[in-house]
Amino acid sequence: MSEHTYPNKLEPGSPMVRFSNVTKRYGPLVVLDSLDLDVAPNEMVSIIGPSGSGKTTVLRMLMTLETIDDGVIYVDGEPLTHMERNGDLVKANASHLRKMRGNIGMVFQHFNLFPHMTALQNCMEAPVQVLGLSKDEAEQRSVELLDLVGLADKKDQHPSRLSGGQQQRVAIARALAMRPKVMLLDEVTSALDPEVIGEVLNVIRKLNSEHSLTMLMVTHQMGFAKEISDRVCFFYGGNIAEQGPPDQIFGNPKNERTRQFLSAVLEAT
Amino acid sequence: MFDWRWDFTFEILPRLLWATMNTLLAAGIGYGIALVLGLVLALAQRTPYWPLTLIVREFVEFIRSTPLVLQIFFVFYVGPQFGIRLDPWTSGMIAIGLHYAAYLSEVYRAGLDSIPKGQWEACRALNLSARRTYFRIIIPQALPASLPGMGNYLVGIFKDTPMLSVIGVAELMHTANALGSETYRFLEPYTMVGVIFLAISLPTAAGLRFFEAWVRRTLGMSK
Repeated sequence: MSEHTYPNKLEPGSPMVRFSNVTKRYGPLVVLDSLDLDVAPNEMVSIIGPSGSGKTTVLRMLMTLETIDDGVIYVDGEPLTHMERNGDLVKANASHLRKMRGNIGMVFQHFNLFPHMTALQNCMEAPVQVLGLSKDEAEQRSVELLDLVGLADKKDQHPSRLSGGQQQRVAIARALAMRPKVMLLDEVTSALDPEVIGEVLNVIRKLNSEHSLTMLMVTHQMGFAKEISDRVCFFYGGNIAEQGPPDQIFGNPKNERTRQFLSAVLEAT
Repeated sequence: MFDWRWDFTFEILPRLLWATMNTLLAAGIGYGIALVLGLVLALAQRTPYWPLTLIVREFVEFIRSTPLVLQIFFVFYVGPQFGIRLDPWTSGMIAIGLHYAAYLSEVYRAGLDSIPKGQWEACRALNLSARRTYFRIIIPQALPASLPGMGNYLVGIFKDTPMLSVIGVAELMHTANALGSETYRFLEPYTMVGVIFLAISLPTAAGLRFFEAWVRRTLGMSK
């Protein structure tokens, strides 16, 4: 590691998520370059930027789908990518990752529902198999969540019988069933037909207003990001080029790159 | 010249049918071994430990590139030189089970490879263990794609059981040979062997297609 110092634990009252000097490379390509990013508990942070700017990588590293090459990620005060051994931080082993992963839920662009299971079974699977809930408890929890996303009546349908918007709402319920503290939304409306995007966004609005969840959302829906976010981060070239409240980023961007990106995106819509 | 004797045919039929039981037993046990061992061979090639992958890969290639009858001889006749003395049945089941396990592992491998990366990532995100990821999510989805190949090899192993006659397993072919050398009539025994094989293979193949459709429906994955 570099000259940075990384505490073994963060102080109480610290951010829910902290990226400290995080670097990610694919061979010679630097995807994220010494990223520092803090997300407060219950904060809703939108990540926008051109493709290849590293925004999805941020979520994938948090979900431990990717390893990191330098730096430390903390979740809820504890290191995620590392663990403490004899007073030092060492690379996290499988069981530490497993423990920490329980804090995080993720919703994917392509839903990734289990096609051989009904909506209800999709939601119940992990609570039963991972958390060890009884079938009854898991079913009750899952039905409540399917009701929250407005799909209680579809609980016995397989994904192939559901529309894209419905599938994505089931995927949200499935992630919520694990009671994560941090929810990651990775371009959750990008694969949807325009007419069903609204129903998914409504569910996210509801989550944001009624649930205490820390959310990181990578999105191309600028209007939605502006409406819902506490903070917007504009990624460019593997780091945050500009961040701030949505009014500032969308209304009065300071960075030339942000201005260019936003005018290009808004022109296209 | 063509003197088919019905009375002789009916006389030998009970012995042939009795031997058919052994053929079915051999095919069933051999296939059972192959189903389980094939999965082990397929999964062993997907661990993060590359030496294991390499060894298993080479082993599978080796088995697939050498004749079954040689493998049967090897287990039965060469084994004793190393102090491994097995009866014909055990030797035969090991050889044919292993042989078809190698083929089935390739069928499983293709099925497992067909599962999109997103399914693995969803399992990771939901914190499912590797074992549960495989047995509850990945394998059930890989199954429909693997079933046609698995069915082919079920019929295949059934048709290969006559090879066990070379080490004296009293299956259908072995019994037909014995009847031939006892009576010097080969027409009826061998013809009946063919008829019996057909009578079992054809309905099995049809049944397998129904089974495939049923599995797809049950998993909610019908096309």
